[in-house]
Amino acid sequence: MSLKKKISMTVNGNLVNAEVEPRRHLVDFLREDLHLKGPHLGCEQGACGACTVKVDGQIIRGCLYLAVQADGCVVETVEGLTKSGVLADLQESFMRHNAMQCGFCSSGMLLAAAELIEKQPKANREEVREWISGNYCRCTGYHSIVDAIVDVLDARAKGQKIKPVSAHA
Amino acid sequence: MNKPTDLKGLVLDPVTNDQRYIGNSEPRHGARRLLEGQGTYIDDIQLPRMGHVVFWRSPVAHMKINKIHTEQASKMPGVLAVVDGVQMAKVCKPWVATLGHLAGMKSAPQHALAVDRACWQGEPVVAVVAETRAQAEDALQLVDVEWEELPAVISMESALDPKTPLIHPELGDNLCFTRSLDVGNVDEAFASADVVAEATFGFGRHTGVTLEPRCQIADYNPGERRLTVYHSQQAPHMMQDLYCRQFGLSESDVHVICKDVGGSFGIKVHAYPDDFATVGLAMMLERPVKFVADRLESFTSDIHAREHRIKGRIAANKAGDILAFEIDDLTGIGPYSMFPRTSAIEGNQVVNLVGGPYKHQNYRAHLNVVFQNKTPTCQYRGVGHPIACAVTEGLVDLAAQKLQMDPLEFRKRNVIPDDAYPCSGISGIKLEVLSHEQCLRTIEKMMDYPALRKEQAELRKKGIYRGIGFATLIELTNPSPAFYGVGGARIASQDGASVRLDPSGVVSVLVGVGEQGQGTEGIYAQIAADAVGVSINQVRIVTGDTDVTPYGGGTWASRGAGVGGEAVLLACQALQENILKLAGAILNRPVSELRVYCSYVLDKATGEQLLPFSEIGRIGYFRTDTLPAGFSADLMVTRHYTQKDYPFIFTNGVQASYVEVDPDTGFVKLLKHWAVEDCGRVINPMLVNEQVRGAIVQGIGGALFEECLYDDSGLLRNGSMADYLVPMAYEMPDIEVAHVETPTQSSKLGAKGAGEAGTAGAPGAVQNAINDALAPFNAAVFEQPITSEKILRAIKKI
Ligand code: FES
Ligand code: FES
Repeated sequence: MSLKKKISMTVNGNLVNAEVEPRRHLVDFLREDLHLKGPHLGCEQGACGACTVKVDGQIIRGCLYLAVQADGCVVETVEGLTKSGVLADLQESFMRHNAMQCGFCSSGMLLAAAELIEKQPKANREEVREWISGNYCRCTGYHSIVDAIVDVLDARAKGQKIKPVSAHA
Repeated sequence: MNKPTDLKGLVLDPVTNDQRYIGNSEPRHGARRLLEGQGTYIDDIQLPRMGHVVFWRSPVAHMKINKIHTEQASKMPGVLAVVDGVQMAKVCKPWVATLGHLAGMKSAPQHALAVDRACWQGEPVVAVVAETRAQAEDALQLVDVEWEELPAVISMESALDPKTPLIHPELGDNLCFTRSLDVGNVDEAFASADVVAEATFGFGRHTGVTLEPRCQIADYNPGERRLTVYHSQQAPHMMQDLYCRQFGLSESDVHVICKDVGGSFGIKVHAYPDDFATVGLAMMLERPVKFVADRLESFTSDIHAREHRIKGRIAANKAGDILAFEIDDLTGIGPYSMFPRTSAIEGNQVVNLVGGPYKHQNYRAHLNVVFQNKTPTCQYRGVGHPIACAVTEGLVDLAAQKLQMDPLEFRKRNVIPDDAYPCSGISGIKLEVLSHEQCLRTIEKMMDYPALRKEQAELRKKGIYRGIGFATLIELTNPSPAFYGVGGARIASQDGASVRLDPSGVVSVLVGVGEQGQGTEGIYAQIAADAVGVSINQVRIVTGDTDVTPYGGGTWASRGAGVGGEAVLLACQALQENILKLAGAILNRPVSELRVYCSYVLDKATGEQLLPFSEIGRIGYFRTDTLPAGFSADLMVTRHYTQKDYPFIFTNGVQASYVEVDPDTGFVKLLKHWAVEDCGRVINPMLVNEQVRGAIVQGIGGALFEECLYDDSGLLRNGSMADYLVPMAYEMPDIEVAHVETPTQSSKLGAKGAGEAGTAGAPGAVQNAINDALAPFNAAVFEQPITSEKILRAIKKI
């Protein structure tokens, strides 16, 4: 299995050229080769959503997506989206509600939530629950995640920003 | 922010002299880092020369290993070693997991890699280490094991039949542990009862499904003869001790580090064969070796839990008094008792807890813990409590129904009254102080019970079947040495904290209990800030490193706040005293005239700021020449705490579930869930709420979805997250949480555990709600998970 293919893509704003085995999935490539630790692997079966990243503006399951498929694409992970501020409101709101415990699901959850806010800005509580039902969280019980997302939807509807939370460290 | 409005009127007297954080919903330490994708979980760590291990695991439930061919695999690109059980046994001793205080308990020696026989599907047999994970997996295909299948013991029901083969012939039978208890006069109570109700309860095996799988990196440095293990684990000192003993190392040669842990729930508090094998390989290869379970491996080798069949009955009189409980519990635990906590604890816990919230005086229990050829079971969140609670509360509802009493009324009448403590429960458990009556009153109001009953009745007329179910519970937390220590397991029941005032005035706190997402570090920061007298962003918490932190037991039995938190409080108060002493020496004034407030030493009488902590630090560290002769500025102190007053400090609470059952499809819709919990002093209401909610959802998972399904030959049929159902956001209800605060007197802080009661109560509440909805059909289901199919069978639709 040493046959490698040349690929190039933009990852979090940087152009990346690499050679990868065709079987290498996108998250292994991001984690092992590019040392980006934001996307996590919970199942590698497409069931949990921990590996969610963005390819050409769409969220995908990075464990079901081959690195070679992303050749020529724009890839964004939680690290890049944090830097660009896209997730800022959600991150503040998640802080405020303690909408994460171990944090292993959080990057995937935030990316899914960000897409919901973009695509369904009027979503109600039930629709939020439905939308994030592809993302498994074993710790929180989901209630606080739903609270956090609903707060951002409400704030957006009123044209407000979520106030930063001050927490130490 | 997030002031604890839900605690209005309940706030206790302050525990420190300047309390600003304890009791508040402070956002927690470290959360932002995790939300930015900057956590350091095991798989995020890469070390130079690191190899990756994968295991050839038994493909069947029970097999004899004849011959292992490793030549082809060894020649594959990147392969560093292919190791079998015989080779591994030369570096790692076998172990037997029993506890001395569980009289008569037995188990067989177990190896890191199976020798001669493998006893469950998923038991590791051969290890392959390569430079990359992909290379190791490629080589794994070429490992050739000659094996023959042996008869397997699958059903726990027949495990003790004389015709059933013995899993370990040297043990004489397939019985791991048995216990009987007979208190009061049970036969007489049942004979004189006005109503007797009985049911057989079934609980499916389920497992923890932590989102981050079990994983570790073992790194052996031959120059120093020192082993460093990065581990996703809950009890770093326990693992340090086990590595010493299994590999003949001394404590000073073993260093265990736990960074971010992606979910644990008891799954990561046990010592697995894989853990020892990975360490053994690192020692053999003298280079770092990483193990990360894939999801299939997690399903077949993470501990399972809760496979029980319980026959239970209850006796009550016309007046509505519970007279007696009787149970017979059979549980299957796999082929070995799990190391080092043992798999008998769960059943033992069931015996201790059934009937626990109630004041009845007659109780009989029998327990058989049997071996089978399935994945070993052990302690998972709630340990025995969900089972004991579902059985107790199921029987309580049956009795209430027979007496035609309201189930909430019946509970109010029978719980041990709030003014009766301390007292002993009927099984012999010591109860310090509980608040059942107050919790029941609170939940009644919170859910607007009368209105809900009315709504239920009206909808029923329209053919809509809704049900309300309660579960009252007790939960053991803050364990004393009576849990493991007396049984000979080297698991610390004490914990320690070291706290240091740094020269700039920052407070560093090192604690034996670590963080797995509960917010442990967050509450320690709150306690430290209040107890030393600094702002919370002047506090730094360090956990999860055996080289650095005081020795402690880590996270289990909900001991983080109650035991670890108390150690932090004691250490921080001692540091504040030392700060005052030093200030007195610097200012040449008696300490009695001074006090601390927000990083300053003040004149007690006038409130005038005399010295900032940074000045205390500067003089204490750099200008000790200016201090009186013989004065020692001790700006680092360590305190340990062990709870010795009771075997455990019990918490209590009550949950209620509101569900709708569709009689055509058997589908259960969860409409709402309420929980009232009394975990003593609440240090951070937001974090406790989230512990309660997360735990409830795990309990609901067990009640409705989760089950490790086996076929007749002992093969797991649903070893993927697509097949093993876990709760997702859409099916889960909103969960309302309220608190009652009855502090324990066994500590200054007064905190009891909060991590597991949610899981303990939810299955009972959901089961009772479903059965309440099914009452018009004269049907009930006591077999968890309660699937649509079981409901349809119960109402004879299929
Ligand atoms: S790791 Fe990709 S969906 Fe679970
Ligand atoms: S916070 Fe642990 S899995 Fe979601």
